[in-house]
Amino acid sequence: MLITPLLFTILVTLISGIFSKSVELTFELPDNAVECFYQEIEQNTSASLEYQVITGGQYDVDVKVEGPNKQIIYQQQKMQYDSHPFTAQHTGVYKVCFSNEFSTFSHKLVYMELNVGPEQPLPGIGEHATVLTQLETSADEIHSALNRIIDHQTHHRLKEAQGRKAAEHLNERVLWWSTFETIAIVCVAFAQILILKNFFSDRPTLYNKM
Amino acid sequence: MNLLSFSSLITLVLILDFSSALYFHIAEGERKCFIEEIPDDTTVIVNYKVELFDPRSGGFMPSSPGIGMHVEVRDPNDRVVLSRVYSSEGMISFTSTTPGEHVLCMYSNSTSWFSGSQLRVHLDIQVGEHAVDYANVAQKDKLSELQLRIRQLLDQVHQITKEQSYQRHREERFRQTSESTNSRVLWWSLLQTGVLVCIGYWQMRHLKSFFEAKKLV
Repeated sequence: MLITPLLFTILVTLISGIFSKSVELTFELPDNAVECFYQEIEQNTSASLEYQVITGGQYDVDVKVEGPNKQIIYQQQKMQYDSHPFTAQHTGVYKVCFSNEFSTFSHKLVYMELNVGPEQPLPGIGEHATVLTQLETSADEIHSALNRIIDHQTHHRLKEAQGRKAAEHLNERVLWWSTFETIAIVCVAFAQILILKNFFSDRPTLYNKM
Repeated sequence: MNLLSFSSLITLVLILDFSSALYFHIAEGERKCFIEEIPDDTTVIVNYKVELFDPRSGGFMPSSPGIGMHVEVRDPNDRVVLSRVYSSEGMISFTSTTPGEHVLCMYSNSTSWFSGSQLRVHLDIQVGEHAVDYANVAQKDKLSELQLRIRQLLDQVHQITKEQSYQRHREERFRQTSESTNSRVLWWSLLQTGVLVCIGYWQMRHLKSFFEAKKLV
């Protein structure tokens, strides 16, 4: 009889520990495509959406957040990155759409983070009867400071990825363009000579009839 | 008994909670990929649940036992870390061995009977410190609240350190690319100048001999 509740609590803690409602996704957005994500949010819960385009085209994307009654909460076009906090007015399914419809050939990589509600407290810490000691308060402060550091790191990582991918792309383009340019110069040089010789040749050709 | 019903209630609430995780729609057989850029030795936990569209009710069936999801994880060197067919609901976890972009792809093992129908996929991906289950840690190691908090702080600091060293690694790659571009531009411009001079010289020589042969000069 005692085992079952214990088992349940373990199960409960297992589940609650894993499913905090914050999700970070990096996905590919093909050209002319729309990707939508849905999230159920309770009334009066604060939520925030953060996104950034990592590669592709002009690094821009159309973003739209729609509430349960089809009301538009947030809509931006050709944005590179942004974050938008909002509070849910109604309980229901919120829809976040990323659209690349304006772009016909550039395929993009988009990072998205959706946070819903406050961070889940550690087990036991929420139900504190006594006043927090100084040590506990400072531990809490350190925790939130570290969370901010992790957020900044994520942001920095994405910026770096953006820069790095642009540099790799540039490197490749320099290689191909220079190869092409060298070939073009050699071809033009031969063509020039052939045409010039044609001007002075005795046989009537296309060029000296002009 | 009271406790039992209470905890089962919480379990129920939390299970309902999961079904409200982020979801998206895919067509059956469609491949959906996500990219996780992570340092090495980092654990990633993926939770998912698939629901099949039910044309009769116009909604999604809460459980569709016939559907399996094929999950594939590739490391930055394009080696397969994990490739398996799972049931319609499950938890996958893997630990990275090489730092970089890990690609996680999911697609249903579609049977031709259902093809073309919609699937709703609930997905939750947790990386690093977020993937640690502190309630479990507290129970296993018999930690007090403060000790647990300190444990969390330590994990966070570890994650930050790992990320920092990975950052260094990526910065090196970035710098190498930039240096390579720089040297390519330099060498190419030198080569280009050389080619231009050679071609110009050859053109003049060639034309001169041509005009002389034609007795134009």
